[in-house]
Amino acid sequence: MADFMEMVKWDKLIEATRETMYMTSISVFATFVLGLLLGLLLFLTDKGNIWANRTVNVVVAGFVNIFRSIPFIILVVLLIPFTKLLLGTMLGANAALPALIIGAAPFYARMVEIALREIDKGVIEASQSMGATHGHIIFKVLIPESLPALISGITVTAISLVGFTAMAGVIGAGGLGNFAYLYGFQGNKPFVTLVATIAILIVVFIVQFIGDYFTKKTDKR
Amino acid sequence: MISIKNVQKIFPSKQGQLKAVDDVNLEVKEGEIFGVIGYSGAGKSTLIRMLNGLELPTNGTVTVAGRVISKIKGSELRKARQEISMIFQHFNLLWSRTVSENIAFPLEIAGVNSARRKKRVEELIKLVGLEGRENAYPAQLSGGQKQRVGIARALANNPKVLLCDEATSALDPQTTDSILDLLVDINKRLGLTIVLITHEMHVIRKICHKVAVMESGKVVELGPVLDVFKNPKQPITKRFVQQVTEPEETKETTDHLLERYPEGQVVQLTFVGEATEQPLITNLIRDFDVVVNILQGKISHTQNGSYGTLFIHLDGQSSEIQKAIDYIHSQQVGVEVISNG
Repeated sequence: MADFMEMVKWDKLIEATRETMYMTSISVFATFVLGLLLGLLLFLTDKGNIWANRTVNVVVAGFVNIFRSIPFIILVVLLIPFTKLLLGTMLGANAALPALIIGAAPFYARMVEIALREIDKGVIEASQSMGATHGHIIFKVLIPESLPALISGITVTAISLVGFTAMAGVIGAGGLGNFAYLYGFQGNKPFVTLVATIAILIVVFIVQFIGDYFTKKTDKR
Repeated sequence: MISIKNVQKIFPSKQGQLKAVDDVNLEVKEGEIFGVIGYSGAGKSTLIRMLNGLELPTNGTVTVAGRVISKIKGSELRKARQEISMIFQHFNLLWSRTVSENIAFPLEIAGVNSARRKKRVEELIKLVGLEGRENAYPAQLSGGQKQRVGIARALANNPKVLLCDEATSALDPQTTDSILDLLVDINKRLGLTIVLITHEMHVIRKICHKVAVMESGKVVELGPVLDVFKNPKQPITKRFVQQVTEPEETKETTDHLLERYPEGQVVQLTFVGEATEQPLITNLIRDFDVVVNILQGKISHTQNGSYGTLFIHLDGQSSEIQKAIDYIHSQQVGVEVISNG
């Protein structure tokens, strides 16, 4: 057992975990903002809604569908020129961010749209009958009324983002994926891979726990 | 207060054009409780939604509290809507907000500052009788309580007109009555004009001053509630009036009695106002050679007087029965022979 423990480079593991947390938290935050924006746009420009606009709806839906359909590992490769242009490098945790956000935001946008659709149309109509502006409707009705679903959606998205970071790690972004690949797979030490897996699982469980807590707390139905 | 002129609403549909509202003209006076009754699909919902601009008329004009609702847009319409509030069949409360926060919502929209908001919410909670439930969420309330929140919310910005879109249709009879009492109370206390749509004649009977009956987009009958009750002209109106004057079991009872007493006639008497106070039956028995058998009776109160129905069975010689019926006629009491024995 002691041999096994020595096999793992603990300082590297901690650093890798920190990188994974870093990539996940930044990309979750950006995905939340961008996905919410896209989801709102999808919902509001749909037929019969307050910004009903077929052109915008089709364009946004097209964008969302395309980027949601590209497998993440391919998206990372596709975005290499873009990332290089943006950050000047392909290596490091920051270099993974554009791909992570562009990969996850469309996915989350659809979840936002579904969450907004769940809101009773009557409630929106009631606010209109009180003279609410579109700003009131978005910030005082749509977002608060769909908050539990928005939170559980971002939880699911965050967990896939943890998975995405591992994939991004393989092509040089660092993090636990990189750690498992480098020291576990290439170093031919399955135990190290196992340790990296456990670390990832812990990160996932923490995300899930936080997400569940806030979903429950905001749900007053 | 409200004037609807030559209003038409046409929805495009697959089978061509659907006339939801077809050339409707209505006037509602200030302080009046005006009821629109009709079955679902009659166009009453579309009509009431045109009063606050949730729906725009295809033709015609809608004027509420001096504003041409069918013409104005944007901020002017939003301003107008603060004076024309609405309550709904399914309450449409924000479940993410407490009772107090729900009532505060229209005040936030109107830009009322938080101190004044708090004070107004307290007043409204008292007005609708929800003391002690301020911090409850809608999910923790009964249907009747939810509608009270809806009413408080609708009154928050001191509107001139209150629109009720099937406001009691999702409630049980007892709760319906308590909500209707609250509406009458508000109407009297605040002088608020109320327009309500419903498919229940009970609601019209209990609180409305005037009623319009709608059928396939048209207003087929219009008048003070008591007049319409006394003398319904259209078949559809008769059916609605029967909802409240003639309980289900009446037909069974009369059928049964028609069987048991093959002779004589079953007659429905309708009394309005002072007519209810005459000793009609005593006179019948004393002055005519008939046997009177009381089958069923009911008195309904409306906002402008009482209205009663009485089913009796008359037996005797047919000429004598006819004389008795003529006598009843002469006493300003409505008579309808249900069927010959």
